[in-house]
Amino acid sequence: MDHGSPMIEDVFGISWLDFNQSNVLMTFVASVIVFLIAVIGSRNLQRKPTGFQNFMEWVVDFVKGMISSTMDWKTGRQFLPLAITLLMYIFIANILGIMFMVEYNGDLWWKSPTADPGVTLTLAVMVVALTHYFGVKLKGGKGYVKDFFSPIPILFPLKIVEEFANTLTLGMRLYGNIFAGEVLLALLVSLMASGALEAAAGFLPMLLWQGFKLFISGIQAFIFVMLAMVYMSHKVSHDH
Amino acid sequence: MLDPRLFILNAEIGFNAGDMIVQLVMFVILLALITKFAWRPLMNVMQEREEHIATEIDSAEKNRQEAERLMKEAQDELKGTRANAQKIIDDARQTAKSEEADMIQAAKSEAERIKENARQEIEQEKERAVQALQEQVGTLSVQIASKVIEKELTVDEQEKLINEYLEKVGESK
Repeated sequence: MDHGSPMIEDVFGISWLDFNQSNVLMTFVASVIVFLIAVIGSRNLQRKPTGFQNFMEWVVDFVKGMISSTMDWKTGRQFLPLAITLLMYIFIANILGIMFMVEYNGDLWWKSPTADPGVTLTLAVMVVALTHYFGVKLKGGKGYVKDFFSPIPILFPLKIVEEFANTLTLGMRLYGNIFAGEVLLALLVSLMASGALEAAAGFLPMLLWQGFKLFISGIQAFIFVMLAMVYMSHKVSHDH
Repeated sequence: MLDPRLFILNAEIGFNAGDMIVQLVMFVILLALITKFAWRPLMNVMQEREEHIATEIDSAEKNRQEAERLMKEAQDELKGTRANAQKIIDDARQTAKSEEADMIQAAKSEAERIKENARQEIEQEKERAVQALQEQVGTLSVQIASKVIEKELTVDEQEKLINEYLEKVGESK
């Protein structure tokens, strides 16, 4: 069980531009799946929904509830597409690694893209960057800056630290959970592969852990989006 | 048994700038596409449904009020009609009563008139009969008298005698 990564290094001769092809592939796969689910789910839209449309509307309502629990719906509604996409993308990305892992030539190709800190941190940075963008956009530059000095100016350094801490924890929490899950899955797989007795012994834990990981995947996707919306509301809503 | 390197699964993966760029670009593209093709239509439909329901509720409320109004109107109308009918019946009763009285009155006077007529007729008849009787009695008595006293009386004396006699008859009557 020697996992390598299908790396391409120094693309275009740029020394810092490395690609992990596995991440690229899995990001793409997750995106395609999410896109397909969404598009199939919103085909044939009817005023009286049936089947898949019901499910999609349930998702939309669910995310709507998440957003309205953090900010008022009038400002929150513009984040609805972002929130749903994030939720579905992260959830799909998380569960991609549960079903199976694919190794080819000793390289790990198929896994959760969210089991990579780079990927999760990118999402986290994107979210935090968006909160700053909307903060400036909805409150104006002055209001945005003022937020850093309220309620009392002395908190300013803490507020700066908070931004970085938020970003880091947001990304790392997701990465840690998913990565840990995959490590344990890999351990169980290697245990089961080492003999008949071990395979029998490992069957039940494997099943349990997969179920648990499915649960974790959903919870983590939910937490990520919830926190993203909480950070967003800190930046965009007026004094609360 | 377990490969210790498992614990450093993916350990050589650090932060690859390429991955990050790919991830970011991919997500932005996904967000744009999915928003255009799925979320917008979906939200539009949901919005539309919400509005539809709202208008339906409004119109139902309006219909209800309209129905209530109509019912009240109908009730008023019914009440009016009932009163009207009652009035008509009363009128008819009144009219019938007066008509009845009139008819009785008319019948009474008619009867009176007929009675009067009859009486007059009777009177006339009686008079006529008396007259006829007088004439008959006259001629009869003349004949009788002439038969009795044919020889002793002249025509003049006879005439005088008859008249006297007739006058007596007229007075005694």
